[in-house]
Amino acid sequence: MRWSLKSIKILRLTIAHFVLISLSVFFLIPFFWMLSTSLKTEHDTVVTKDQPMVWIPPAPRFQNYADAFTYNAQWPPALSSDSKPGIASLRTKAALKSAVTNKPEAGYIPFLYYARNTLVLCWLCVVGTTISSGLVAYAFARLKFPGREVFFALTLATMMIPFPVLMVPTYSLFRWLGWIGSFRPLWVPAFFGSAFNIFLLRQFFRGIPFELSEAAKIDGASEWRTFLDVILPLAKPALAVVALFTFMATWTDFLGPLIYLMDDKTFTLSLGLQAYQSQNGGTDWNLLMAATTIVVLPVVVLFFFTQKLFIRGIALTGLKG
Amino acid sequence: MTRSRKEGLCGWLFASPWVIGFSVFMLYPLLASLYFAFCDYSVLKAPVFTGLENFKDLFHDEVFWIVLKNTAIFTAIFLPLGLILSLGMAMLLNLKVKGQAFYRTIFYLPSLMPLVATAVLFLTLFNSDSGLINIALKGMHLPAPDWLASPAWSKPSIVLLSMWGVGNTMIIYLAGLQEVPQSLYEAAELDGAKAWAKTLNVTLPMISPVILFNLIIGIINSVQIFTLPYVMFPNGAPARSTYFYTSYLYDSAFKYHKMGYACAMGWIMFIIIFALTLLSFRASNKHVYYGGS
Repeated sequence: MRWSLKSIKILRLTIAHFVLISLSVFFLIPFFWMLSTSLKTEHDTVVTKDQPMVWIPPAPRFQNYADAFTYNAQWPPALSSDSKPGIASLRTKAALKSAVTNKPEAGYIPFLYYARNTLVLCWLCVVGTTISSGLVAYAFARLKFPGREVFFALTLATMMIPFPVLMVPTYSLFRWLGWIGSFRPLWVPAFFGSAFNIFLLRQFFRGIPFELSEAAKIDGASEWRTFLDVILPLAKPALAVVALFTFMATWTDFLGPLIYLMDDKTFTLSLGLQAYQSQNGGTDWNLLMAATTIVVLPVVVLFFFTQKLFIRGIALTGLKG
Repeated sequence: MTRSRKEGLCGWLFASPWVIGFSVFMLYPLLASLYFAFCDYSVLKAPVFTGLENFKDLFHDEVFWIVLKNTAIFTAIFLPLGLILSLGMAMLLNLKVKGQAFYRTIFYLPSLMPLVATAVLFLTLFNSDSGLINIALKGMHLPAPDWLASPAWSKPSIVLLSMWGVGNTMIIYLAGLQEVPQSLYEAAELDGAKAWAKTLNVTLPMISPVILFNLIIGIINSVQIFTLPYVMFPNGAPARSTYFYTSYLYDSAFKYHKMGYACAMGWIMFIIIFALTLLSFRASNKHVYYGGS
């Protein structure tokens, strides 16, 4: 009897592993395809009756990555004088290169430039969201002020409102300010808090023993000092989660840049990749996949270094509220 | 100043960024959107109040009904499939198999991908001749459909690639599953319950709040689907089979400059999401178990 129960258990585990491994293959293959294609020659990306698929390129072509940075007709090779010297010299080299390779029509989509735009935006959003949401969450979690409960309930309610409802008036507001085409609509709001992150941090702040604040106040610390010296150091993991989530959200955002960015010099990576795809989607898959890898890689690397933080963050947003 | 008054002032001071953020980026757009929904508004000129005109136009707009139908079909297919697949994966991981963390990483990773990158990647995977999916299907002597150009297959391709991103839902399920007290399973075993009975009578009731949570988040996200079809199928091609609600809303606002019309669409979407959420709560009332509280 005991034996058969054990063998059932083993059988069950074997089946579980079999299913998990098969699922893993399905989940991993697109990544494999992306990397493999990004290292193929253009010829190898095409599959016909006479030409079977190449799984692993025999001679990986790393040049694709350089080409993805310097390819396409959309970007004017003329240089604007206001750009940073480092970027400018890179663009000059690329412009030279496109003139040298017998592709007179080829300018390039400057993915490195887009990466810089995206990083600047990410940096501003992370700093803004972490600071502002931290302050507001502290008020909601640990300070008593009239109207707090109502205001907090309203804050939670805003999370229910789908963005498309707010899209038009927000756009017209930024248009009135003359901000369309600039980065400002994408980062200025970050400095005024975001409901989700306020909620997340409030949950964490409430878990810190109130005796600590009381003790600091008896020692004569102001509310501001208590926040800076007592609460913030203890809240580092939660602040890191907010920073991480904000970075990911900004890096992957598409609709925001699509609405507000007009000039292809100001594009982010997501928007640049979409433009690239709509211009040359059908051709040069190897370059397209190299560009995609460039957009994806930072996210993947960041995830591998911060996995535990991610899982904790999801637990923090709390199923139990 | 008394201490409580001082604390009150301090509280509002700390909350002040959000007082501005809430009023300027939430409350104002919300009220303005409600007003614009009843206006003829092109952003270039001041809005003109036209009463129910936008809603009447929407009602007679053939495209509006098409996008509504497409969005409903997508939600109705993807939502149950995605919820079941992610729950299944979470349950498998919860069997305490070796390498749980490894599998978890693999399943979660795709949901972190920038959606534009996912869309571009799957455009090449779904390609009818040189794409991996059809190469595999042909290799198994199965019919290889024209995923991207046939109106019958364009929606299934979006559903399939959306399934690739269910990792986030799975993680939430897994967190819920790990909270189920082991003692309940032991009690069930003492009563002679088999694996299937334990799943049905212990696991599912215990994680029912998590299922409800994922259902509601799923509704909100599916109804708003935008980036994937926008990147993969320009203008909702083929034959408007991938023209979704938010895509049309976006086009109305920024392509045709019918801002009032777009706001009206936004509010209808809000009402639909709200109604579906309410419905989920109602329908789940009898089936969701909220612990002791």
